Amino acid sequence: MRLGRIVPAVLVGLAAAVSLAFLLLPVLGIFVHTTPRHLLSQLGNPVAKDALVVSLKTSALAQLAIVLLGTPTAYLLATRRFPGRSFAITLVELPLVLPPAVAGIGLFTAFGHMGLISTNVPFTQTAVVVAVAFVSSPLYVRPAIAAFEAVDPDLVAASRTLGAGPVRTFGRVVLPLARAGLAAGLALSFARGLGEFGATIMFAGSLQGVTQTLPLAIYAEFNQNFDAAVAMSALLVLVSVALLVSLRLLLSWRSSSTTSPFRFGLSTSG
Amino acid sequence: MALVLDNVAVPLRAFDLRLSLEVEGTVALVGPSGAGKTTVLRAVAGLVRPRSGTIAVGDETWFDCRTDVPVEERAAGFLFQDYALFPHMTVKKNVEYARKGAGDDYLERLRIRHLADARPRELSGGERQRVALARSLARDPKVLLLDEPLSALDAHTKASVRRELRELLAGLDVPTLFVTHDFEDAAALADRVGVLADGTLRQVGPTAELVSRPADPFVASFTGANLLRGHVAAAGNGVARVRLEDGLIVSTAEPAQGEVVLAIYPWDITIGPDPPHDSALNVVSGPVRTIAELGNRARVGIGPVTAEITTESVRRLGLQPGDMVHAAFKATATRVVATSTP
Repeated sequence: MRLGRIVPAVLVGLAAAVSLAFLLLPVLGIFVHTTPRHLLSQLGNPVAKDALVVSLKTSALAQLAIVLLGTPTAYLLATRRFPGRSFAITLVELPLVLPPAVAGIGLFTAFGHMGLISTNVPFTQTAVVVAVAFVSSPLYVRPAIAAFEAVDPDLVAASRTLGAGPVRTFGRVVLPLARAGLAAGLALSFARGLGEFGATIMFAGSLQGVTQTLPLAIYAEFNQNFDAAVAMSALLVLVSVALLVSLRLLLSWRSSSTTSPFRFGLSTSG
Repeated sequence: MALVLDNVAVPLRAFDLRLSLEVEGTVALVGPSGAGKTTVLRAVAGLVRPRSGTIAVGDETWFDCRTDVPVEERAAGFLFQDYALFPHMTVKKNVEYARKGAGDDYLERLRIRHLADARPRELSGGERQRVALARSLARDPKVLLLDEPLSALDAHTKASVRRELRELLAGLDVPTLFVTHDFEDAAALADRVGVLADGTLRQVGPTAELVSRPADPFVASFTGANLLRGHVAAAGNGVARVRLEDGLIVSTAEPAQGEVVLAIYPWDITIGPDPPHDSALNVVSGPVRTIAELGNRARVGIGPVTAEITTESVRRLGLQPGDMVHAAFKATATRVVATSTP
């Protein structure tokens, strides 16, 4: 009788301990591999420095493009009912399930020299921006749709009856109420974009100082300078953790600042 | 100034609603849910586009076959059923959203200045309604549109809010259209009441007229009670005596003071050729004013009240307009529905 209660409890506790240790160890490994001082000095090497600059620049541009194009798209999909809407939403989510290598091939057949729209983009820094934007956009647009859908339509109607046009209504009512959801989506999209590997290496290559982002540099240094690879990994871990923490803070702030329900799926791959 | 809806057709889920209505003072639209009451308000505000017809306020046309003034350019104060206060703004910011610098003025008018810095979620239902009203009024509306203004309130708050709303509307010179599913709310607040069902406006008129001469059985079933306005002349022994405007005294078993409105259902009133000698405290004597037959029932008007009796009783008593009769009802059959401040 007592054993019947203790055994399952022990098993559950054991499973949880194994899971958490499994998740923690690789991250811990990166930080105990070398001393912090050594890590810092490795970050001074030109490969790491160039990769950091390329990563930050391309990520910033990609996220800017996602916000500028994705926000109106999400608002349209959230507030209008039109034929083909569910097809459009599926399209928005497609990069989530597409293997990154396939995304890379797809970008080639679309924007390569022989592509549907022939351009000189492949193997340039623009190609990195395009690959990152393509792969990480659903992580912003999906929560953005949910955030806009959660804004009570009566509040929008109220704003209009109080003399505010559509633009003022969007700026003063819709955006402030959806803001936390949008910011959370952006954090996810940014984290996913920063780690982008597959589509980038196929569509943009791995040219130091031009298209070599941190994940590509880690892969390149893996065989030549393992310490530098570990140092760059540590840097990416720190950035990811910082994003995750700010996301949690945003979500707890959101729940106390608005009353609208908001859900989204955490899903990163590749 | 008046709000005029001329042959306006608005699309509802299953059918089109068609109506013509002139709103001066306060007009209530009542009807079962799904009758399209709210859609009418939304059409006036510009939130729903009618299929056809004309909507005009004074000499301004808001909608016709050539015109469709955008929502934000129609000066319509809209009170939403759940008040639709902006949750991310303080009370004062909510009001100033309608007009900058108007916050204090309107908060003062609605006696909620002390709530200026509160957030909507910290307010009670009655307070929220006042904020929403202050916000709509700060817009300086040419028309007020109230969507179920009392339905979000609990019974206790409802009575006092109804009284306040009544005083507020009386002090405004703005045509007001409000919708409710509660005939008593309509009667307490509106000068005229329109009954909406199955896509048409069945009847519009003062409440007494709807009760005494309902156009059809639906209106009869929907317009519940006789509503008698008066003031409490004396109270004691658990019974208050209310002197009506025409001098008649009616006793009520409910606590009452000052100006009151009493509700008595037509089916709680009996009619006879002789004064009754029973427990009923209230007897109204006079000639039969009207007899309106609706199927197996008849509405019979005597003095200020209307009774509902079976057509069989009408035949048995041989009732004809002009006959002297006595209508009786118990003090416990009366209810106080609206009280103004003493």
